[in-house]
Amino acid sequence: MSTTTTKSSFWQGLRDGLPFILVIVPFSALFGVVATEAGLNVYETLAFSVVVIAGAAQFTAVQLMMDNTPTIIVILSALAVNLRMAIYSASLAPYLRDAKIWQRALVAYGTVDQSYALSAAKYENEPDMTTAQRLAYFSGCLVPVLPLWYGFTVIGALGGKAVPDSWALDFAVPLCFLAMIGPMLRTLPHLTAALVSIAAALGFAWVPFNLGLLIAAFLAMVAAVQCESFLERRSET
Amino acid sequence: MSEHPDLWLIIVALGLGSFGLRFMFTGLLGSWAMPAIILRHLRYAAVAVLPGLVAPLVLWPSATDGQIEPARLTAAIVTLAVAMMFKRVILAIVTGAGTLFLMLYLIA
Repeated sequence: MSTTTTKSSFWQGLRDGLPFILVIVPFSALFGVVATEAGLNVYETLAFSVVVIAGAAQFTAVQLMMDNTPTIIVILSALAVNLRMAIYSASLAPYLRDAKIWQRALVAYGTVDQSYALSAAKYENEPDMTTAQRLAYFSGCLVPVLPLWYGFTVIGALGGKAVPDSWALDFAVPLCFLAMIGPMLRTLPHLTAALVSIAAALGFAWVPFNLGLLIAAFLAMVAAVQCESFLERRSET
Repeated sequence: MSEHPDLWLIIVALGLGSFGLRFMFTGLLGSWAMPAIILRHLRYAAVAVLPGLVAPLVLWPSATDGQIEPARLTAAIVTLAVAMMFKRVILAIVTGAGTLFLMLYLIA
């Protein structure tokens, strides 16, 4: 009995994940192209996508490597972009307490924006799901996402060499980032974070080793939380 | 463009680091809650890093040796505006790229 419902949870996850194909395909292909432009070969580019599976962090790392940033700053900056994964992890943890450690390790590997967003909403809306059903749903979400992420990274990397200079690919990364930032600016604290980040990054651009970016990120997070607290206090009184 | 000397170190460190972040709670600290004040700050991490990363790339593009360049600046503004208005990442990239090509064509 429970096997059929587990199976249906899997198919439900798969169906819910399908629309993300429209995002995954162009995005991973673009990463392939940009990484190739930065001097990575196909295997290195694919390794990036398989090991990191996080578009924004991958683009960050490649951009900073192109600017000859020191290794440790490349790593710290890209991981800072990925800090949200710790939040995702914290939010999924209570639902997967009974899963085996290797199952939780696989879930951790597959925790990306898409699988997290779908699963967190599903688990919250249907608290009666069993652990097996939750795992099945999560795996289902990943089926349209992960293979295409790998595959189109390779296709982008192979096709990237054919792209002529006149396409101004130097600007592909900034445009991608701006497109990702737009939807993030949904509240005043988010907007504050973005503005402080921009001002501080430009102001601290003289700091060596691109450390200015990390300073800017720190200041931006503090400013956002201050703004949040201010709004809370104001709404209480 | 030559390759970064520590490319593989970066790939491995990012892989381990990203997995660590994802496994931190689901895998290891299931019962331990991170202090709320830290979680509160972490929620803003992405929006605190990405704008700072992109601002110098937009204002001082490498293709023009750091000179402000109207085609790229216009494309950047259009991309951000579309992304904020419609909350569609791919739509914003396509519109921005279209603006960039159009501007480069008009200027040249």
